[in-house]
Amino acid sequence: MSTTEVVSNPLKMRPRSARQAWARSLQRNSVGVIGLAIVTAVLVMAVTAPLIAPHDPAKLNVRARLLAPSWATRGDSKYLLGTDQLGRDVLSRLIFGSRVSVIVGGLGVAISVVVGVTIGLVSGYMGGRIDNILSRAVDTFMAIPFIILALAAVGFLGPSLINLIIVLGLTGWVTFARVVRGEVLSVKRLEYVIAARTIGQTGWRIALFHVLPNVAASIIVLATLQIATVIIAESSLSFLGMGVQPPTITWGVMLSEGRNHLATSWWLATFPGVMISLTALGCILLGDWLRDALDPRLRQG
Amino acid sequence: MSRYITTRIVLLIPSLFGLSLILFILMRVGGDPVANLVRPEASPEEIATVRAAYGFDRPLHEQYLTSIGRIMVGDFGDSVRFRSPAMPLVVERLPATLQLSVVAIMIALLLAIPIGLISALYQNSALDVTLTLSSTLGRAMPNFWLGIMLILLFGVQLRWLPISGTGDWSNLVLPATTLGIGIAPTLTRLLRSSMIEVLRREYVVTARAKGLKERVVVLRHALRNSLIPFVTILGLQVAWLLGGAVIVEEVFAWPGMGRLIYRSVQVRDLAVVQAGVFIFALIVMVANLLVDLSYALLDPRISYRDK
Repeated sequence: MSTTEVVSNPLKMRPRSARQAWARSLQRNSVGVIGLAIVTAVLVMAVTAPLIAPHDPAKLNVRARLLAPSWATRGDSKYLLGTDQLGRDVLSRLIFGSRVSVIVGGLGVAISVVVGVTIGLVSGYMGGRIDNILSRAVDTFMAIPFIILALAAVGFLGPSLINLIIVLGLTGWVTFARVVRGEVLSVKRLEYVIAARTIGQTGWRIALFHVLPNVAASIIVLATLQIATVIIAESSLSFLGMGVQPPTITWGVMLSEGRNHLATSWWLATFPGVMISLTALGCILLGDWLRDALDPRLRQG
Repeated sequence: MSRYITTRIVLLIPSLFGLSLILFILMRVGGDPVANLVRPEASPEEIATVRAAYGFDRPLHEQYLTSIGRIMVGDFGDSVRFRSPAMPLVVERLPATLQLSVVAIMIALLLAIPIGLISALYQNSALDVTLTLSSTLGRAMPNFWLGIMLILLFGVQLRWLPISGTGDWSNLVLPATTLGIGIAPTLTRLLRSSMIEVLRREYVVTARAKGLKERVVVLRHALRNSLIPFVTILGLQVAWLLGGAVIVEEVFAWPGMGRLIYRSVQVRDLAVVQAGVFIFALIVMVANLLVDLSYALLDPRISYRDK
């Protein structure tokens, strides 16, 4: 990152101090630290799930059905967050459920970034008729509510983990295209881009090596925030039965199963939602902090 | 003004074509549409008859052009589940969704405007930090979960409010609150930052200097000038609101368009999904047009007068 900055913008020439500035800003901004901590914790949980889960998340136990959390009244000391309608340990299922969120959030957003950035770069850099057509496509996509498009697409393709990742990736690219296009339009008039063109560099080279590094900050910020959106969308679709299918463990499916036992077992629908909210909160806090740290122009208040 | 509106409406047409293309592709990559129309044990001849009857045997581009022609006259085909035209089914449920959305927007405004104002006026105070953090938490909560938690608290534990279906206004409280809380954080955040910016402007300093009451300065000078970005975001939130309606309507068994689309996706009732998504997108486009037109009302410097 720092090397591309040196190449792309010789006037700015203070990569190391920029990194120090990041570290300082992270120290100052405790909210950013909380975000980073939450995101790290979820990642660690996803990677080490088999090691840290107290029970087998798939093991049925008819005699231990719908037990309350150990600290609640009538709780069972063996199950910290209680058990579900099939006697499975809720805590272990929550820990394993983080894997789907991490995979869908990560891969889904990666697809959106690749598609959106490519379209935004082409649209902004080429201009003219291509820009017109692409911008109209972006407008059209913006008009369809994200979750409805994803719902219809997953519904018709058939719900599965792979389809969910592809669909959420291909429906979430619009924001990236819009922002990248806007940034490209402002960057391409700067002196160093004009200079690069003057010495005879080709369009693609300029787009990739001069324009892209300058929009990277916005992309990172947007991607972090988009992960939160995708994780919420994944859980919504799984909740509706249009996402990841059982027996794969996801927070959305846990929630929809828990919804049937609201009157008797409040913990079943509560904890998966807490996990989704916490994870999304972590991404949002991290994203907001990155925005402040990476792009002073966007700093608020 | 009228010329501007005409131009904008004409510009909607290519978008609607694009939309129909997206929907068409979506329907076709999802598998053979005939499979949903015949009995599972149907013979090859039977399948061929149905295929020809619906025109699915012709080349894809021809099918697309036919569907465009039909869409232009509002014919989206028949619902497989209801055995009746799809469009009226969707339009029938439109009022319920609009009612829910309008109340949700009102709740969102009732939350966002006071919270945003207080946060901006007492910037960086403990109160501001608390309010900002809770609205960030609001952004992070999936709205179906919020809905379920509200059901758990007000429906199951306290038994104050009905948790599903329609009837009187009390049925609207929980779903509209769920949706409203979903969009309030974005509005709050935006109002806070644009108020903070506006309060630093010279005309606000002038207004204070000439001895205007603080209330007048804040409401008439600062708030009014913060409204343009606010209304823009409100317009963009319409898409989010309608998306949220699909899930909230399902959670609270609210008989609107969102629930219809979801149920239709489940049974692969293509015509209804297509008609529903089309209407949703049309609403979003019209909402954005209205937002652009409202600028002229909010800011006298902007006008769309005919030249």
